[in-house]
Amino acid sequence: MSLRSRGRDFPLIFELSVPERVGSSYPSPDVPLRPLDELIPARQLREEAAALPEVSEPDVVRHYTRLSHRNFSIDEGFYPLGSCTMKYNPKVHEDVAGLPGFARLHPYAPVEHAQGALQLIWELEHLLAEIGGMDRVTVHPAAGAHGELTGLLMIRAYFHARGEARTKVIVPDSAHGTNPATASMAGYQVVTVKSDARGNLDVDALRAVMDRSVAAIMLTNPNTLGLFEERIQDVERIIHGGGGQMYLDGANLNAVLGVARAGDQGFDVMHMNLHKTFTTPHGGGGPGACAVGVKAHLAPFLPVPTVERVGERFVLDYDRRQSIGKLRAFYGNFGNLVRAYAYIRTMGADGLRQVAESAVLNANYLLALLRGAFDLPYDRICKHEFVLSGLRQKQQSGVTTKDMAKRLLDYGFHAPTIYFPLIVEEAIMIEPTETESKRTMDEFADAMLAIAREAQDRSEVVKTAPHTTPVQRLDEVRAARHPDLRWSPR
Amino acid sequence: MYPKDLRYSSEHEWARSEGDRVRVGITKFAADRLTDVVFVELPAPGTKVQYMQPFGVVESVKAVSDLYAPVTGTVVEVNTTLKETPEVVNTDPYGKGWMILVQPDNPKEMDQLMPVDKYLAVIGEKA
Repeated sequence: MSLRSRGRDFPLIFELSVPERVGSSYPSPDVPLRPLDELIPARQLREEAAALPEVSEPDVVRHYTRLSHRNFSIDEGFYPLGSCTMKYNPKVHEDVAGLPGFARLHPYAPVEHAQGALQLIWELEHLLAEIGGMDRVTVHPAAGAHGELTGLLMIRAYFHARGEARTKVIVPDSAHGTNPATASMAGYQVVTVKSDARGNLDVDALRAVMDRSVAAIMLTNPNTLGLFEERIQDVERIIHGGGGQMYLDGANLNAVLGVARAGDQGFDVMHMNLHKTFTTPHGGGGPGACAVGVKAHLAPFLPVPTVERVGERFVLDYDRRQSIGKLRAFYGNFGNLVRAYAYIRTMGADGLRQVAESAVLNANYLLALLRGAFDLPYDRICKHEFVLSGLRQKQQSGVTTKDMAKRLLDYGFHAPTIYFPLIVEEAIMIEPTETESKRTMDEFADAMLAIAREAQDRSEVVKTAPHTTPVQRLDEVRAARHPDLRWSPR
Repeated sequence: MYPKDLRYSSEHEWARSEGDRVRVGITKFAADRLTDVVFVELPAPGTKVQYMQPFGVVESVKAVSDLYAPVTGTVVEVNTTLKETPEVVNTDPYGKGWMILVQPDNPKEMDQLMPVDKYLAVIGEKA
């Protein structure tokens, strides 16, 4: 097996291995050596050496640098992946996160030695609470779906404390797949409610399923069609009227940053993806980072430890009897908390509002350029993203949305999100974000329009795309049906 | 494409009476929408299934969907060949692509399902 990169084959790291070759040589130790089996119980020791590649330092550097050239990243080009907010990540954040006081701080360092880090967490939580209109925030969750689970576990603990046995969670049919998965994972039965013809949650259908067995609704606003839920106030009345809790999936926070707050719309819990809205790396550059905000009545259930301010000192509080407990090791993906903090502080309140305004303006500009060439099932002013359909192309020439997405790679762009949300056939979900220039969006629109023409005039070139990438069309069906995930020596 | 002797659910399952039992699968419409099916998760024989409640999951490269039981009853047999050849759900949805065989609690429940002409109207196709 070998990998083809930039037109050239190169071996796997395992195939570069030469017995006994090492990356670096250490001096002889100046302390007495003790045999391994004195330090580690025998049953935990391997019987034979792990088959790790034995390579030199240049071998390693060249191999992974070559591999990285096959990657596509936001530093290389436009990445209009809807619902993912692939905005540019300012490099100054790397400087800040790399400060030794943050980067080299040991997670077991005593609280007195970590005051700066705790202060940063405390301040970040308060900034995010203000942004979301929430009373308290935790930054422990590892990423978005983990944040959803955190939120629902708090809701579950809340009802448990009240002695209410609620069993259901309502999710719209436009929801991210993580929402029903989270509800199910938290032990709830999922009730799906359809969207109406304008792309809003169908309020009549919601009213019909709402009763005292419903613990919560999980809603994304603006929703995955990129549309603001126009009847959010009705939704709030119905859910709270039945004693349920309102959960906001904050995936689309970029659209309303500094403009509309979840807390003011009646949401009791929300999560914020720091790796989307607050420019920490993701999409292969992760890890993610997530904050969950709650209203005061849910604060007793926050995961431990919380960071509390006592006078001028910051402490970790584990003594919270109603807490859902510990979510993970330590206190969140701290390096990314530093980046998010740096972002919020450098942007300021006005800057964050401008993020939302520019993100929405950019999306509507791009929509205006593309709407003639593709179907647009929900035709409204969009927020930060919009959903086209490739149905016309599929019916006219058999070119699918997937074909067109693959063809975009030949034009040097990352593909948009496709086949989501599920309620749009042949969906193409485009989110330009605020960090793209008019010129980039014009170039992207030109590529999309060129592909629409190709679909009509020379559909074969689209159906067999991509043609210029290191690997061509992958057989994803075969990969899914017969996964072969392990390399073994010939 | 939509056999006349079957009954259909609003979630695109078909149900066929076979003596006192009911065979269940998904329709051509559902299989086409899903595109290439790569995985089908089915209950073990003996499992109780409830009318229009999920009994399994079908997965394609494009989407993952719940499967809904068109009748209430007990699963007596499961199509184990789908483990190795899930593609028959696409190529032969009413034959080799069947999913479960159910012993219904109440055979009359089948009457709640749609006849073919009504189902065709739901999916907007002509007979």
